[in-house]
Amino acid sequence: MTFEAPVLHYSILAPILIVLGGALVGVLIEAFAPRASRRSSQLFVTVASLVIALAALLRVRNQVSVSAAMGSVSFDGAGFLLQASILIIAILSVFLIADQENFTALAAAVPGSEEERHSLQADLRVTEVYPLTLFAVAGMLLFPISSDLITLFVALEMLSLPLYLMAGLSRRRRLMSQESALKYFLLGAFSSAFFLFGIAYLYGYSASITFSGIQASIVGGSGNDVFLLLGIAFISVGLLFKVGAVPFHAWTPDVYQGAPTAVTGFMAAATKVAAFGAILRIYYVTFANAQWQWKPALVLIAIITMVFGSVVAISQRDVKRMLAYSSIAHAGFLLSGVIALSKSGLEASIFYLFAYGIATLGAFAVVTLIRDSAGEVTDLNRWSGLGKRSPLTASVFALFLLAFAGIPLTSGFIGKFSIFSAAYESGNTSLLIAGVLSSAIAAFFYIRVIVLMFFKDSVEDGTSVVIPSALTTTTIAITSAVTLILGIYPAPLINFIATFATFVR
Amino acid sequence: MVTSTSLVYLIALPLFGSAILLLAGRRSDKWGHLLATALSASSFGVGLYQLSQMLARPTEERAITQKLFSWINVGTFNVDAGLLLDQLSICFVLLITGVGTLIHIYSISYMSHDENRRRFFAFLNLFIAAMLLLVLGDSYLNLYVGWEGVGLASYLLIGFWNQKPAYATASKKAFVMNRVGDMGLSFAIMIAFATLGTVSFSGVQEASHTASKAALTGIGIMLLVAATGKSAQFPLQAWLGDAMAGPTPVSALIHAATMVTAGVYLIVRSNFIFDAAPTAQLLVVIVGAITLMFGALVGTAKDDIKKALAASTMSQIGYMVLGAGLGPAGYAFAIMHLLTHGFFKAGMFLGAGSVMHGMNDQVDMRRYGALRKFMPITFATFGLGYLAIIGVPPFAGFYSKDAIIETAFNAGGVKGILLGSTALLGAAITAFYMTRVMVLTFTSKERWEDDQHPHESPLLMWLPMAILAIGSVTTGFLFTRGHALVNWLAPVVGEHAEDEKVLLQPVVVSALALLAVVIGVAIAIRKYQLSDVEKVAPQNVSFFTRIARKDLMQDSFNEAVFMKPGQTLTALLVQGDEKVVDGAVRGVGTMALGAGSALRKTQTGFARSYAALILIGAIVLIAGIWVVTQ
Repeated sequence: MTFEAPVLHYSILAPILIVLGGALVGVLIEAFAPRASRRSSQLFVTVASLVIALAALLRVRNQVSVSAAMGSVSFDGAGFLLQASILIIAILSVFLIADQENFTALAAAVPGSEEERHSLQADLRVTEVYPLTLFAVAGMLLFPISSDLITLFVALEMLSLPLYLMAGLSRRRRLMSQESALKYFLLGAFSSAFFLFGIAYLYGYSASITFSGIQASIVGGSGNDVFLLLGIAFISVGLLFKVGAVPFHAWTPDVYQGAPTAVTGFMAAATKVAAFGAILRIYYVTFANAQWQWKPALVLIAIITMVFGSVVAISQRDVKRMLAYSSIAHAGFLLSGVIALSKSGLEASIFYLFAYGIATLGAFAVVTLIRDSAGEVTDLNRWSGLGKRSPLTASVFALFLLAFAGIPLTSGFIGKFSIFSAAYESGNTSLLIAGVLSSAIAAFFYIRVIVLMFFKDSVEDGTSVVIPSALTTTTIAITSAVTLILGIYPAPLINFIATFATFVR
Repeated sequence: MVTSTSLVYLIALPLFGSAILLLAGRRSDKWGHLLATALSASSFGVGLYQLSQMLARPTEERAITQKLFSWINVGTFNVDAGLLLDQLSICFVLLITGVGTLIHIYSISYMSHDENRRRFFAFLNLFIAAMLLLVLGDSYLNLYVGWEGVGLASYLLIGFWNQKPAYATASKKAFVMNRVGDMGLSFAIMIAFATLGTVSFSGVQEASHTASKAALTGIGIMLLVAATGKSAQFPLQAWLGDAMAGPTPVSALIHAATMVTAGVYLIVRSNFIFDAAPTAQLLVVIVGAITLMFGALVGTAKDDIKKALAASTMSQIGYMVLGAGLGPAGYAFAIMHLLTHGFFKAGMFLGAGSVMHGMNDQVDMRRYGALRKFMPITFATFGLGYLAIIGVPPFAGFYSKDAIIETAFNAGGVKGILLGSTALLGAAITAFYMTRVMVLTFTSKERWEDDQHPHESPLLMWLPMAILAIGSVTTGFLFTRGHALVNWLAPVVGEHAEDEKVLLQPVVVSALALLAVVIGVAIAIRKYQLSDVEKVAPQNVSFFTRIARKDLMQDSFNEAVFMKPGQTLTALLVQGDEKVVDGAVRGVGTMALGAGSALRKTQTGFARSYAALILIGAIVLIAGIWVVTQ
């Protein structure tokens, strides 16, 4: 009996390993560094490891289309683009997270307890959020390049577990925050069970756990179709849960509202890129040959998701919940890129993910600025007249809303246009119609917020716009500039994506 | 075609100045006006350099181009942002930057007490840049950008003192009326693209040989609409009088010397279209003839010195449009009158500004009189401009106006006689109302209040006036010596064919024109110099004078024919919009809101019901895939 030493291709895995290394250093800092210097050293380690990871990723961008770690990871053009998007979004998110106002003093303390009171008096600040972020980012980086089901599951858990914790770290309204964290965890565990179940069925169908092995079985057509069907359905439940597609969306509004806003922004932007990256890969590479079986169901889910997200968002009174439903609607739009199953669909999806991620992060960054003495103000009625008091802040938020609505001269327009034209080219006219109609409905509530900010009288109840810290300013400036530039001159990025966006099989 | 890399500096310099002054804000208050003036002057320097380069090249290589960047590249529609400097545009470049620089210098002093002087200079530089783009663009689309740019600058400058509601309204009126003309230009561009497939000057010129007459006529008429808007020609003339609300240097630069002549430039630049579309060309002369009479008649009744000059501008541009409508025989004369007019009218406006400066911003000529003694330099420079505009030899206006009258007579047949007589009559009326301005302001008895102390303006103000006065004296002679300007422009506007049949000999025309001038001057002197003038305009005047004072009822006409029906239509549309469209939208909105509220109830907040939802979703998903597979 002989053993083969596994060949890992460290250069391909370097970004993930660097981020994990940074996370471990972060854990050590948490354990040993003096409290006073913890925050600055954590911030430094986190940003440094993300930037180095991005550099390492850029260094290997021309070695695309190789499989690494014994075939459990496929690094290709699409993977490169998705990982780069995740890292960029993560860096900008860390800037927001660094604004420590939003985090609890002692995450383990029971809300309202003596312990919490002491920790607040001692002016403690949690810093474990930094290593948690890095662990989540490592999982997100692995998720879209996994090419077997076990790695995919490990990556899913790796990105989910830190997020469950991070959702519960809010400084204000801690009960709500902890409730949302627990809900997210319970439902996430539930959907993971479905996911695992799906893996079992697919293994039963093809006697393989690799994407290429399962694809070969589908092409060969020798297995038991009931297993395949159940496998696709259950895996889909797990993945659609992560992106918040209807009817697996129910956690989204509660968690978006309860989690600290910086974490919500990170979650909404980066998780979406990672999860859609994985969905794109598994549907484009593995399930493409069985498309006649899953496509109608997925079309239906996409349509319901867009319409549901847009319609329910109208009746929201809370800006974070509104953005949550808006993200549900966007998940529906993105699903039409998955269903297109074409190169243009892939390119459009990747562009959309990046543009949407950046705009979402920016929007949540602005939300962190609107506060009163009790913390952030998320009640939309109290945002009225904001444009008169803080024209710049309101204008930037309006820009992000216009991007979500897909108004020309913003990145959102280019994204929607390309993803809908990809859906149309692939013959899914029903998706196109539903997409355009729900975009119109969605435009209603985005523009309603703009009207509220600029054309209504302001309320005098202590709501004010805080002066953002330098880091938050950086995030808002970059995200709004990117949103605008991608709307006016998107050609370079579109061409860049077009040269890279392929999946290795 | 020779290409160049330095044309862009002509535009870039003033544009840069405008950007600096606007972005630096109050920080540049101290030096902003100097920077703006210096940049305008450097642009003039670049223009002179280009002229010297152009003169050094043989005739067929004089036009040069510069491609800036590929602007629009969609399917078969390709437009480069490109510049074209040829014999026609260099005339404009030098006029714009030359007169523009003088007016910058004048404004340093004129606006010195205004706390927003820096902003004023920023807008002036913006105007210079936009106007240069207008005359340098190598396609109708590039011209359009400049066209809109000068419209913006004009709007900003007319309303510069927008703290007075009347001034703000005046700028709005100018803007709205210009939009009507601008629509003509955009239609012309659309027709050109739809029928000829190109919008560049060279492309359209080439295509005009083979294009259908209907298309060319359509383009021509639309270009004429554009020209009437920008150049305040009938029937879109009503805004120019109100535009005098702007500071006087603005009236001199934009609303006398340069921007309002853009329509003439457009027609002369599009000579290949009008030569191939006689109907459109005929409309051009009709518009020109009507406007020259219209402006002249309004000019006779105005007591506001700036409005009298504005009416005169309208009338003189009428002459230019008339000349431009006479085809290859008239293009060069139209441009010549445009250039000489640029000198003498700008000079007179600056003179009017100088008078207002000395008279506490009084503009009513009935409150002037005998200012000759107090403002000798203003009197002299204004007087030279006056002699030029009424067409006394050897001043500039004599040469240019005479040439147009002569060409009009030679247009042939009844048309020639009608046009020629109109132009001649116009010359007589011009002599009358300009003498009236001159007499009321400078030579008649004092009619001002005792607390006014008229005084001469400072050097920075009278120096530009003096330079412009020299231009008013000499340019006519220079342009006509050896047919200099006619030959210079020939490569652009076509050879100037000598008329075979001449209705009236040039000598006869000149004699008739001089006679007309003498009659006009004589009547004015008898009426205003030799008899007393009332301080307040008398009300028991003839019906004719009354309507002339009201600009020949132009506003009442516009109100009755366009505004009132337009308002009614708008009101109806608003009602329809509110009842039908908004009703439907609100219905959908209410429905969506209702649906949203109902669906919102699924969000119970209980993890167990969310889990149940996931379970149901999974079952439905399996069922869905199952059904499809079977």
